[in-house]
Amino acid sequence: MKKLIFILPLVLFLVLVGFFIVGLDHDPRLLPSTFIDKPAPDFSLPRLIQDDQRLSQDDLKGEVSLVNFWATWCPTCKGEHEVLMEIVKKNEIAIYGIDYKDERVAALKWVNQLGNPYRAIATDKKGNTGIDWGVYGTPETFVLDKEGIIRYKHVGAISWQDWKQTLEPIVKKLKQE
Amino acid sequence: MKLTITLLLIFLASSLSAEDQRYPFSNPEQAQQFRELTKELRCLVCQNQSLADSDAPLAHDLREKVYEMMVAGKTNDQIIKELVIRYGEFVLYRPRLDPQTYLLWFAPIILVVIGVVAIFIMVRRRSARLDVKEADLQNVRKLLEDEE
Repeated sequence: MKKLIFILPLVLFLVLVGFFIVGLDHDPRLLPSTFIDKPAPDFSLPRLIQDDQRLSQDDLKGEVSLVNFWATWCPTCKGEHEVLMEIVKKNEIAIYGIDYKDERVAALKWVNQLGNPYRAIATDKKGNTGIDWGVYGTPETFVLDKEGIIRYKHVGAISWQDWKQTLEPIVKKLKQE
Repeated sequence: MKLTITLLLIFLASSLSAEDQRYPFSNPEQAQQFRELTKELRCLVCQNQSLADSDAPLAHDLREKVYEMMVAGKTNDQIIKELVIRYGEFVLYRPRLDPQTYLLWFAPIILVVIGVVAIFIMVRRRSARLDVKEADLQNVRKLLEDEE
């Protein structure tokens, strides 16, 4: 009993070290989405290319889709763009883009020059849809199932490795549901 | 030095009034409420700043959102709820008291109690040990006296 008391500080210290080691691997910038397993928040935004039409949450239903928030002013989005192009080239997947707080002309130039991986692009000029979806930094990508329910969220640029290791297996699973 | 302070005051005053003009309120209580509310909410981009302090574009947008909701007549609780729906409890600087955060809230009190109990036990043990010695001492004294 006496010895136990002398060992106690060491045990507490080791527990603390354990917490620190776990903490090292934990990125405080990654916030879990509160919308996982909830229907995508309502929105209705003008489209970028056919600007007389709108895009809303109902358009996302019927198949598994990715909803990607991006902007031309966002440098990481440029790197991600190439990956998105590669993904649509090699897979049957609908990617919807939401052009977040951006200039229309710049966005049009972007897709003309770099290619357009998106099924449709909506323009969220004021960023209200971004707020409704809990977006806190572009790029962010949501994976939606056939019912239009958010099943996964990826914060930051999607790398080819992210796609292969995380997103593609999720998409495949959702397609079979 | 005086100049620096003067410049600082001018700068502070101008930044305050700019903010006040951006969000005009019909009464000072509401302006105060807005200031308090945005201090309680965390900026998601620069995570150690409140919405009131942060200059990040998202913080601007969220202040705007809070302002709109206030003008629309929503209560503080409703506004906070709207933001928690979108960003989770992380937006709150003061974590809520619920089963998930009991440990966070009560751990300091529990640790203090454990400490106080530990000290109490140690002191009592030590004095108990002294008591025994005192009795022994008396015996020894008696024996010594008898010998004399």
